[in-house]
Amino acid sequence: MLDIRKRTGYLFLTVMMAQVILVSAQVQTKGGVRVLQAVTFELFSRVQFGTASGLNFVRHGWSNYIALRGVKGENDALRRRVADLEVKLQQEHALATRSQQLQALMDLKSQATVPTLAAEVIAGNPDPVMRTVTIDRGSADGVLADMAVIAPGGIVGRIIGPVAQHAARVQLIIDRNAAAGALSERTRAGGMVVGVEANPPLRMELVSVLADVKPGDEVVASGVDGIFPKGYRIGRIEHVDRGSGLYRTITVRPGVDFSSLEEVLVVLVPPTGATRGEDVK
Amino acid sequence: MKTAILILALSGALVLQTTLSGVMAGGTIAVNLVLVAIVYLALAFGAVTGMLAGTFGGLVQDALAGGIVGIGGMSKTIIGFAVGVLSSQFNLSTTVPRLVMFVAATFLHEIMFEGGHALIAGRPFGLQWSATLIQALVNGLVGVTAFMLVERGPETMQRRRMSRGTFGRKRF
Repeated sequence: MLDIRKRTGYLFLTVMMAQVILVSAQVQTKGGVRVLQAVTFELFSRVQFGTASGLNFVRHGWSNYIALRGVKGENDALRRRVADLEVKLQQEHALATRSQQLQALMDLKSQATVPTLAAEVIAGNPDPVMRTVTIDRGSADGVLADMAVIAPGGIVGRIIGPVAQHAARVQLIIDRNAAAGALSERTRAGGMVVGVEANPPLRMELVSVLADVKPGDEVVASGVDGIFPKGYRIGRIEHVDRGSGLYRTITVRPGVDFSSLEEVLVVLVPPTGATRGEDVK
Repeated sequence: MKTAILILALSGALVLQTTLSGVMAGGTIAVNLVLVAIVYLALAFGAVTGMLAGTFGGLVQDALAGGIVGIGGMSKTIIGFAVGVLSSQFNLSTTVPRLVMFVAATFLHEIMFEGGHALIAGRPFGLQWSATLIQALVNGLVGVTAFMLVERGPETMQRRRMSRGTFGRKRF
């Protein structure tokens, strides 16, 4: 049986609390709300806040931890799938680019007045001094030394020996040992384009100081070297200097982007003239 | 028995208090018989009885007064509890300590009552010290007298009865 005499303090607190509640039920706050209502609402809001926090904690724990037991495997599978799709995307992109390049090459082939043979660049040159590439066409395809190699952007270079049965080496026009007869398309001022170790990597020499050339003029092959077919584009004049002596100093930006050379056309016309089989310069 | 005494004492005090409510001193009722009854019960029966008497008497007095019910109840609950605790800790069975308890309880009650109203109802703290002192002294006198009547009344009555019987036998 409850002996309240031994629990006098608790009884006192209970009685006092009951009277505090009683008073609160009668008194209003400045906002016109009864104190009991305000205190009750405040207390219950705290309880509700605590309950909501607990529920959120449980829900958070459930959704972020317990419910995610299989997510790691799923995540790994999705990562693999994304990687596969990225590879496929790259392949599609490469195919699209290659299709565009082939289309340009086909256009060039159809427009060319000389017989040509499509070839693919299969290797570069490990020696940075020698700017050459290897193509997948050789003597078995009718490729001979000193045949010109062109691309949609213009002249690429020439075949240099020895020519293998199914491969050949191409000396790029920007090689420092390469050269080609050239002229300004606008004024027909002639000269010779040579490769240099500079930027831009072509220089047009032997152009008289009296010749009318200026930056922006197109430079095309003159055909006098007997290798490169006449009229094919080499590049564009970027800078013209007065130079010293009788000739101007002219720099030319090549029309071909040699950093992304993949498909080329070999002009199947045997070279003519005195420079056959040897460097022009 | 104790419960009956408690109810009777408080009811009688309330009835008398309402009857005597016209007796004023400086705007304050000169005696608070309910408070006297509560202090009396706390001194006589201890903290729990004093506390319950304070709660009951205070709430009823508040309800009858028409103000905020509970402020007087809380004040008197504290008074009853405190007096009961003190009576169990100290010897308060003589007249002077009891008088001191009644006076102190009156002052403490008035301070808490006025303070409670000032705090809860926003009423200015309007304790009149002189009137409270008078009420405290009157309460003390009433309380001490009540103790004397209860404790010494039967003995006095018996002594009187005995003296009357002796005198009668002499007369008859």
